[in-house]
Amino acid sequence: MQRPDPDEYPPLSLVVPEPEVRPGGQPDFSHVAIPRAGTVRRPDVDADPEGIRDLAFTIIRVLNREGQAVGPWAEGLDITPEELLAGLRHMMTLRIYDARMLNAQRQQKTSFYMQHLGEEAISCAFQRALAPGDMNFPTYRQAGLLIAAGYPLSSMMNQIFSNAEDPMLGRQLPVCYSSREHGFFSISGNLATQFIQAVGWAMASAISGDCKISAAWIGDGSTAESDFHAALVFASTYKAPVVLNIVNNQWAISTFQGIARGGAGTFAARGLGFGIPSLRVDGNDYLAVLAVAKWAAERARRNLGPTLVEYVTYRAGGHSTSDDPSAYRPAEESTAWPLGDPILRLKNHLIALGIWSDERHQQAEAEILAEITEAQKRAEAIGTLHHGQHPSPAGMFEDVYAEMPPHLLKQRHEAGF
Amino acid sequence: MARMTMIEAIRDALDVAMGADPSVVVFGEDVGYFGGVFRCTAGLQAKYGKTRCFDTPINESGIVGAGIGMAAYGLKPVVEIQFADYMYPAYDQIVSEAARLRYRSAGQFTCPMVIRMPTGGGIFGGQTHSQSPEALLTHVTGLKTVVPSNPRDAKGLLLAAIEDPDPVIFMEPKRLYNGPFDGHHDRPVTAWKSHELGEVPEGHYTVPLGKAVVRRQGRAATVLSYGTMVHVALAAVEESGVDAEVIDLRTLLPLDMETIAASVNKTGRCLVLHEATLTSGYGAELAALVQAECFWQLEAPVRRVAGWDTPYPHTHEWSYFPGPARVAEALRQLVEVA
Ligand SMILES: Cc1ncc(C[n+]2csc(CCOP(=O)(O)OP(=O)(O)O)c2C)c(N)n1
Repeated sequence: MQRPDPDEYPPLSLVVPEPEVRPGGQPDFSHVAIPRAGTVRRPDVDADPEGIRDLAFTIIRVLNREGQAVGPWAEGLDITPEELLAGLRHMMTLRIYDARMLNAQRQQKTSFYMQHLGEEAISCAFQRALAPGDMNFPTYRQAGLLIAAGYPLSSMMNQIFSNAEDPMLGRQLPVCYSSREHGFFSISGNLATQFIQAVGWAMASAISGDCKISAAWIGDGSTAESDFHAALVFASTYKAPVVLNIVNNQWAISTFQGIARGGAGTFAARGLGFGIPSLRVDGNDYLAVLAVAKWAAERARRNLGPTLVEYVTYRAGGHSTSDDPSAYRPAEESTAWPLGDPILRLKNHLIALGIWSDERHQQAEAEILAEITEAQKRAEAIGTLHHGQHPSPAGMFEDVYAEMPPHLLKQRHEAGF
Repeated sequence: MARMTMIEAIRDALDVAMGADPSVVVFGEDVGYFGGVFRCTAGLQAKYGKTRCFDTPINESGIVGAGIGMAAYGLKPVVEIQFADYMYPAYDQIVSEAARLRYRSAGQFTCPMVIRMPTGGGIFGGQTHSQSPEALLTHVTGLKTVVPSNPRDAKGLLLAAIEDPDPVIFMEPKRLYNGPFDGHHDRPVTAWKSHELGEVPEGHYTVPLGKAVVRRQGRAATVLSYGTMVHVALAAVEESGVDAEVIDLRTLLPLDMETIAASVNKTGRCLVLHEATLTSGYGAELAALVQAECFWQLEAPVRRVAGWDTPYPHTHEWSYFPGPARVAEALRQLVEVA
């Protein structure tokens, strides 16, 4: 071929995606197509992935505006009032815990904190679909998995304060919890690395003829990492018993979701090229999350392979305590978010069912706050980042290897321990 | 002259380079609209447009790999890895591709790019926001590795790196972004603006790669360090009472062996200081070179003071990396050797 004629082919130009609004602009989510609650079908768990491609492009929703649970995903749920109340309590606990810890960071009792504001339903509901022995490979915004699994709040706080009772011995950044017993794999600060590890864990369960499944977690921004794609390749090749979770909270620090998503219709659609059943769900709807999580976990348990789930939600707070979101998005954007607040939505449902009321809600809030304040007092009495008792620095030489090699022993002595 | 923080000096260097040369492009995670999580690139997108300064997907391998392609095309990419700890996903692109492109294509293709990365600890960043992976980079042939210790050098070295025809790793000690650090974390931060090295010349100038500088003259021993540890070394010398010469290497590769040898041959004693872990660290290279070049003038074995061979512990960072007390003690021991 000859050089293209420049008259016919004008110079190229680079396309750099931009969000629709920036600070000062009017947030507008009218382009986000949100189907009415209860309208998306619920296939059998052994459905042919080819036949359910549409579920990667819609949003599965259960709770309608009147607070009723409607449609096929609600019908399959089979949930008791006690479980519903527990779910609400988990979300409320996480929110109040977040507020307290955020405040503690501002008072310099810890170096850093990351909150879940607006995303509470996802981790709190998902955990309820898992069984003892299953393993989450979480990122930093899934503390709800621990709360719903009954992990003690005081242990979480001790980690945040890096005090003498910190289960991670002062080694990890705050919020990087780890509890093998509660199905919570140790969090890495390097994004996406654990998505493929979750697949490996699930493959091991299958190799071993075990019954356990795993759950992988990642943010929308981090799906751009190569490890995410490695996970999809392995999960689809070996039909690993894993639920691959993408939390799409619209933002990765200052970068809007379009930068990671590029031309793909949705993040869920990423799974389609791999033949992985891929569903998109309302992440602010506790019941929808639970219903889809149960469906995906059931598939994994029946050895039907991986499922990819995208939770559509919104990060209402800053990325972390080091972030100022008003610098890159309109302040009103979080209130304009059309999927509402997860706690309010479940609360309204429970009120509609006649098992809850505003008074009981306020009372529960007060109870939880008292419980958390009490736990915080106990944790702070042990120590906070700059005060009180901390794990001994001698401990920083432990666990580098199972047995301390001579050179490290020498360094420990040199350090004075 | 204006007084600047290191962040401002880096931004100024990028501004000067982008203003002078339309082939300079700047990109990385959060780098465009927001100006990077440390704000080093703030304002550049507004000034130069979003095809010259833009946000990328979170994919370090992609950032470096795309940069290599652009450099091979003829642009001069200056990419940002958000924290040095996240260069590992990009490591294959850096090691197998950027570093070797010129060699394996017999000079047909080259890779004049700069890979910036905030490095080092001292800000309670925990294990994955505190590492100093320079030894992994200086071990790779085909790369140059630069670590500035103050705003004035940061700007001049960055401009030199951008103009360099080969891939340059530019490691920014984030503890020094706002002011010098003498290892006493309990003291208030003094701003660069009140420090002579915060005085940054306007417009274009370069600090050549491969040239060290003597930060303090002395006769009794030589301390070799770079980045944050230069300031710890200076504090330690005061604390120890030892009349030591402090050399700021500025560039780890190529290394200014001439300045080092002249100093060690004069003092007869050498202490190597870095905050990265000890074993197989860059200090091992320095110690080997010093003993090879200065053996007959040495009056004591070369000593190394470094971070312990453990992952970076969040709460114990002040026990982990060398502070002035540890360095002063090592200096005293070094001069006591008969
Ligand atoms: C490998 C790697 N690159 C960069 C970072 C820095 N970083 C931490 S969080 C973050 C944004 C993540 O966004 P997303 O995946 O959407 O999750 P979200 O915070 O929104 O929940 C970035 C770039 C990192 N931790 N690891």
